[in-house]
Amino acid sequence: MAKTHVSTRINGQDAEFLCSPEQSLLEVLRDTLQLTGTKEGCSTGDCGACSVLVDGTLVCSCLMFAAEAEGHEVTTIEGIASGSDLHPLQQKFLDHAALQCGVCTPGFIVASKALLDEDPDPSEESIRYWLAGNLCRCTGYDKVVRAVQDAAAELRS
Amino acid sequence: MSLSAQDFAYMAPTTIDETITALGEAASTGARCQVLAGGTDLLVQLRSADPDPRTILDIKAVPETNRVGISDKGVFIGSAVSAATITHHEGLKAILPGLVESVYLIGSTQIQGRATLVGNLCNASPAGDTIPALIANQASCDIRGSNGARSLPVEEFVVGVQSNALEAGEFVVGVRMPHPGARTADAYLRFIPRTEMDIAVAGAGVSITLDEAGVCTAARVAIGAVAPTALVVPAAADALIGSRLEEASVAAAGRACTAASRPISDKRGTADYRRKVVAVLCERAIAAAAKRAAG
Ligand code: FES
Ligand code: FES
Repeated sequence: MAKTHVSTRINGQDAEFLCSPEQSLLEVLRDTLQLTGTKEGCSTGDCGACSVLVDGTLVCSCLMFAAEAEGHEVTTIEGIASGSDLHPLQQKFLDHAALQCGVCTPGFIVASKALLDEDPDPSEESIRYWLAGNLCRCTGYDKVVRAVQDAAAELRS
Repeated sequence: MSLSAQDFAYMAPTTIDETITALGEAASTGARCQVLAGGTDLLVQLRSADPDPRTILDIKAVPETNRVGISDKGVFIGSAVSAATITHHEGLKAILPGLVESVYLIGSTQIQGRATLVGNLCNASPAGDTIPALIANQASCDIRGSNGARSLPVEEFVVGVQSNALEAGEFVVGVRMPHPGARTADAYLRFIPRTEMDIAVAGAGVSITLDEAGVCTAARVAIGAVAPTALVVPAAADALIGSRLEEASVAAAGRACTAASRPISDKRGTADYRRKVVAVLCERAIAAAAKRAAG
């Protein structure tokens, strides 16, 4: 079957890959590019574990064909830290024990980053609405909300 | 190409004409070709009930499908415009707050990043939140195909459960509606058992025009999730026009919605419950739209 050639930018670097037409961006990130930080929970858009940013907009990478990334800029969990310095969101998730198994965590961090990029001082209610598409089966949501609030406060200071 | 030999293919035409050509070729050879906008329904269906190979025709590279246009003549929203673009669009929020509310109710933040208003319409779910809001605003679909261009009111475009009026070789370039103008405003409300991320048990979209004296001079009421397709309810609008939206008129509009409903019972609610709740939603949406129209 003919493969599609895709030129894109991933985490600030030019990236090219070949994919088959029906492959999702999630599959290519994980299986072709070995960017396995992005997780697969459901592949039906329900869990948010596969969250990435495309041109700064939060999306489910399981609901995008990899071919649709042509000419666009993708940010994954691997692009959130600066070198070995964790992003405040990553550090606060650790500090608040906002994770257990961690499968949902990359999605929560990427989704929370998108929220704080748009609103540096979100209310608890807007955090909960914004993250309604990120499901966690271990930790619950209170610690996540507190970690996001704390990271937001640090980023504002 | 014969159907059995068809492979998956991905195409991203950059003009309306190229899109029509690709659709026309597929239609004439019997190959399957599916238009892709946001993809939030398409990929889910592809991974579950409908995995068969097809050509995926991504329309997001066609400039007209990405356009939001607001002028005195009307409002145009292209078929590739995402929910996130609409919910962040100050011009649309200012003149069509009810339509924007209905778009804000589509799925999660992530889904809104990709899903499009026109995709929600074409998917034609009986519970699609944007459909009553579009009908309340007299929206129509701009359709293009090898036989030329045609326009169809949204209430005629949706013909059944997950079924629309597109013929083989046609696609929707966008939706168009009149500019609401001064003293006209819309609202959309739905009921769900949770606080977010759920499918409407019932919904009501309303557009109201008030004159300087507060008399309702025009109204449109549409209801969702209480019949196989969203319904226009002219009797509800008639109950409002000429009134000052006093309690009796608003209650009559609610009763007209109940009377027009043909709901099913399912895990989200019984038919009886839906008939009652659609009246309440209609009444509250009238109040919200009237408050906006009065400015
Ligand atoms: S894997 Fe994409 S939303 Fe669950
Ligand atoms: S920590 Fe296990 S799913 Fe969230």
